[in-house]
Amino acid sequence: MIGGLASFSAKFFKEVFLPPYEVEQIRKHMIELGMKTLPIVGVTGFIIGLVIAMQLSPVLKRFGAEAFLPGSVGISIVRELGPVICALIFAGRVSSGIGAELGSMRVTEQIDAMEVSGVNPFRYLVVTRIFATTFILPILTVYVIFISLIGAYIAVVLVQNMTWAYYMDRVIFAVEFGDAIPGVSKTFVFGFIVGLVGAYKGYTAENGTEGVGKASTSAVVVSSLLILIFDMVLVKLSLWIWPVVK
Amino acid sequence: MVEITDLHKSFGNNVVLDGVSMNVEEAENMVVFGRSGTGKSVLLKCMIRLMEPDFGNILIQGKNVLKLDIKELNQLRKDIGFLFQSAALYDSMSVRENLEFPLVRNFNLDKKEIDERVNFVLEAVSLLEAIDKMPAELSGGMKKRIGLARSIITRPKLMLYDEPTTGLDPITAKEISSLIIELQHALKMTSIVVTHDLLCAKIIADRAIVLNDGKIVKEGNINELTSSEDPLLRNFFSDEIIDNNGSMK
Repeated sequence: MIGGLASFSAKFFKEVFLPPYEVEQIRKHMIELGMKTLPIVGVTGFIIGLVIAMQLSPVLKRFGAEAFLPGSVGISIVRELGPVICALIFAGRVSSGIGAELGSMRVTEQIDAMEVSGVNPFRYLVVTRIFATTFILPILTVYVIFISLIGAYIAVVLVQNMTWAYYMDRVIFAVEFGDAIPGVSKTFVFGFIVGLVGAYKGYTAENGTEGVGKASTSAVVVSSLLILIFDMVLVKLSLWIWPVVK
Repeated sequence: MVEITDLHKSFGNNVVLDGVSMNVEEAENMVVFGRSGTGKSVLLKCMIRLMEPDFGNILIQGKNVLKLDIKELNQLRKDIGFLFQSAALYDSMSVRENLEFPLVRNFNLDKKEIDERVNFVLEAVSLLEAIDKMPAELSGGMKKRIGLARSIITRPKLMLYDEPTTGLDPITAKEISSLIIELQHALKMTSIVVTHDLLCAKIIADRAIVLNDGKIVKEGNINELTSSEDPLLRNFFSDEIIDNNGSMK
């Protein structure tokens, strides 16, 4: 499967620069995938922010460091929780959807029909979806981070008397450029993984409807696993580029 | 129009096409018979390079299909229509969008001409009222008709039909077969029809071949084949029970 994903990925980079550029399809997929995922990542982000603040509050109090609660929550959300949680939810929602959609097109000969009519189905169906997931996930991540910070603020207000302005001031003071940039940048890679795995599983699906089900399920499993593996690598890389301790 | 020489195709140890050679003349309707799994659909898919044969030659309009690069192949494909067994309509597009798709992507036509062609093919298959429907709203027979309309909208010179009547009731199957022959006469196309439906073959075929174990075992007109004393053909055609109306069960 790794070999298949690698050659699929190589084909993507070969095709993505060749005309015709399917701008309208990319725009359509970005809107569709973004809108489809917006509510679920919003709710998840809100709860994650709330819970992480509730968890951190007593721990910081134990060390007499309650004043650092907004900053700690902000850093953990911006650096790690926001991007990874958003990517995992996105993988569950979108990778399976792409896998099922393309898988169904494959087993019902729709992809063959496209090829016969002289249209490059890889460029029309695959490149557009991977491109859309790559660029919509970072936007969703910024949204999730913001919603998570709202969730965290509610938890903070429950234990401390703090205004929104002061809370945000503390968050912005604590979160540095070196926290935000790698946090959001890695979601381009996560978005690429989600699109690539979903499209690969669907495009290569076989054995009828059973194959479509398998493509959809394994798209979620593989893309989630790859997101976590690449997260590990990208965190190490970002710490090397933007060291936290000066 | 079509000349196939010594075509071979295997999937692992399973030999599907074992030296198939055949010719189809211009404006001729050729029917390819055979039991399930004898390589009929594979033969069609090799002709349009949806599958790559192991070796052999396929000449369409004098061009060796297997030696064309992707650009030349796509150019040739504009002259070929393909009706899939499942009709293969694009689920996410309406009937109108399905029909417009090959025109918008491959032909430099203005909106008026596209609309004219869409209306013409929908009238030809008697489904003008379905223009704004989605494929999920259509019956099996309607899907086949729209699939046929999409295949002919580019005005191909060669039409390939993969089991056009499979899964349809006898009346609809007869209607589709009659429609195919009407369109063939109207548009003067060459047709290759893969089927195991004897009634469909009787309506459509000028000539037919029978495939068995990847080889052509018999060639001729339908009456010659059905009246043949060859045990294999007798066995094949006797499996088809024909009722009084000529429909098979």
